[in-house]
Amino acid sequence: MKRTGAQIVWESMLREGVEVAFGYPGGAIMPVYDALLDYPVHHVLVRHEENAAFAADGYARASGKVGVCVATSGPGATNLVTGLADAMMDSVPVVAITGQVASNLVGSDAFQETDVTGVTLPVTKHNYLVTRVEGLAGVLKEAFHIARSGRPGPVLIDVCKDVQVASTDFDYDAIQVRLPGYRPVTRGTEDQIEAAATLINAAQRPIILAGHGIILSGAYDELQALAEKGHILVSTTLLGIGTIPESHPLNLRMMGMHGEAYVNQAVQAADLIIALGMRFDDRVTGTLRTYAQNAQVIHVDIDPAEIGKNVVADIGIIGDAKNVLAQILPRVEYQERAGWFAQIEEWCQDSTRRDILNQESDNTLHVPFVIDQIRHSIDGNGQVTIVSDVGQHQMWAAQYFRHERRNRFFTSGGLGSMGCGLPMAVGAAFARPDEEVWVIAGDGGFQMSLPELATVAQERLPIKIAVMRNGYLGMVRQWQELLHDKRYSGVAISSPDFVKVAEAYGILGMRADQKSQVAEVIAEARAHPGPTLIDFVVEQEVNVYPMVGPGKALHEMLRRPAA
Amino acid sequence: MALVDRRNNGTETTRVLVALVENKPGVLTRVASLFRRRNFNIESLTVGHTDSPDVSRMTIVIDATKTNAVMVERNLYKMVNIIDVQDVTHSPAVLRDLALIKVKIDGQTRFEVMQLVNVYRAKVVDICADSMIVEVTGPEAKVNSLADMLKPYGIIEMVRTGLVAMVRGSGYWSGMPPANDNGALEEAESGVVSLGM
Repeated sequence: MKRTGAQIVWESMLREGVEVAFGYPGGAIMPVYDALLDYPVHHVLVRHEENAAFAADGYARASGKVGVCVATSGPGATNLVTGLADAMMDSVPVVAITGQVASNLVGSDAFQETDVTGVTLPVTKHNYLVTRVEGLAGVLKEAFHIARSGRPGPVLIDVCKDVQVASTDFDYDAIQVRLPGYRPVTRGTEDQIEAAATLINAAQRPIILAGHGIILSGAYDELQALAEKGHILVSTTLLGIGTIPESHPLNLRMMGMHGEAYVNQAVQAADLIIALGMRFDDRVTGTLRTYAQNAQVIHVDIDPAEIGKNVVADIGIIGDAKNVLAQILPRVEYQERAGWFAQIEEWCQDSTRRDILNQESDNTLHVPFVIDQIRHSIDGNGQVTIVSDVGQHQMWAAQYFRHERRNRFFTSGGLGSMGCGLPMAVGAAFARPDEEVWVIAGDGGFQMSLPELATVAQERLPIKIAVMRNGYLGMVRQWQELLHDKRYSGVAISSPDFVKVAEAYGILGMRADQKSQVAEVIAEARAHPGPTLIDFVVEQEVNVYPMVGPGKALHEMLRRPAA
Repeated sequence: MALVDRRNNGTETTRVLVALVENKPGVLTRVASLFRRRNFNIESLTVGHTDSPDVSRMTIVIDATKTNAVMVERNLYKMVNIIDVQDVTHSPAVLRDLALIKVKIDGQTRFEVMQLVNVYRAKVVDICADSMIVEVTGPEAKVNSLADMLKPYGIIEMVRTGLVAMVRGSGYWSGMPPANDNGALEEAESGVVSLGM
């Protein structure tokens, strides 16, 4: 069959199971948009290409499939960069299609020409410039395979405009993809597995650190089985939230810079760390010099370059978490470890006393209360996906929204990209049409992607948006308060009237500035069939605790005073 | 079995990696970008053809006092266009560097320099009244040594290729996975790669 390059793009995508693409058209991608009319792929017009990448990212996190975004050459493509960098850092499978100037103009500084494969090289798992239509289908097939296999990540395909209109024979099934240098290792060796099991069975104070890799490999059952069979506590990274139910008795909850104190104390006191699909980010470890000095380390990751990068592993196992855990499980024995559990229980009591929700306060509003109210409203009353933007509210969303169900919390973890919340939620809403999707955002991050309210309205997505408006870029303000002698610089932020803004977009807008109103507005938002925005006017200067200061040891936490 | 921490213990100053890479546009950029991005300190990088038109070969010399060679090896391995990587530092291998050294001569020193060249089994490849170009091949130490010896005469210009390396013996390293119907879609089983584990 003869097909044009533009047709090949969409037919290949259909073969890869693509149903929705997030994008923004322009000159160099017009043939692809022309062909789109003939294929059953739903195109979502975003209001800025960065948000196309974030939406594809959110779609991929929510669906487990590859997210797709499309942009034109030059500014369209460069606008994708932040979203691609986010997908790269958080290992999210995304395929980006960008138009490029005609192949005979490449390198001539033609109109809207940018070296997009050059620009995106460090923020993609792999990328391609396609200058011949004959190679296009093979590139697409490779790209989807690379994006979703091994350690997932974004792959960009830059397609010259003449390639989009040229024709060639197309037979997707007949394409032989050969990537001799791409062979992800998926299971551990016998020696590694045996040694890991021996360490686990001998440990007195073991702790599992579960990361995003558990979600990406679908190793939920295996993780829980390891915890239960070995009687081992589990702490999660930010992106590991949702790997094990938060109410599970062995779930210690989140570790790291804003992890609960008892969790970090447990990591520092552990004699064995079992790190599964996580990469010892500095936000997880604090200063490496003093990190988990008493622990031996088993590190399981599908990316060989993560093992030994930050923390030296006593046993490094390159492989898919699901496979490796299945290999280890039969050899793990139950151990009581009573002293260890009693010690952590004691630390836990202290944290409870210092919890902001357990402290006296007047009717003024703070974010943990709002998030706790959203959780209570939903508790046992429907399914919800929480998408958080970046900042203080993100940490509070991680601390106070207890996720019982798998993979229901999305945020920009590694990149920490403000503005990610709303567009990621757009993607998640397409992946989970039957589920309630909430955005938790601050007034800073929300204003970075506010124009996407138009996308929400145009697509009639019933997203619930909770904007926590404290008039500050809260996390930066907190750092300035604690680390820069309260010299507030560039952090005061004004906002438009969000209720009116919502109404201008045809979205139901509400406001709450007192505790007593919160339950009501949440209930009303949930009952409303369409999109809603709630403007929560919250306390201006509240800090996220505990906090491990930058460059500090994990156990040197700033704590909230006990009530 | 436990992961050996190969971060420099003070005894090793350089390590030599050999990589087989797909002969495609942009691969060198990817490798160079990786080194810059990860802050790897590289002493030399040579690239050239192999017996297969689809495969090029890189020899990478790492300053092991500043860079963990295992991390370089693993980061190279995970790159899509890199077929395979070997650390040959501790293998019996032939290591060769080629230098062209343009040195000042005059009637008095010409024969002295030529004698030195003979001692090093180097070659004079160009000569005129007041200079000659010496070509020397060998391990880096030999090249360094000749360069040191020539310095007093006045080195006008010098160029070195950087090290190339090949493991001794009859073994053939294609780096390629066995061909099968699934082609690249086959994932590697454990043990297929060593990666210094």
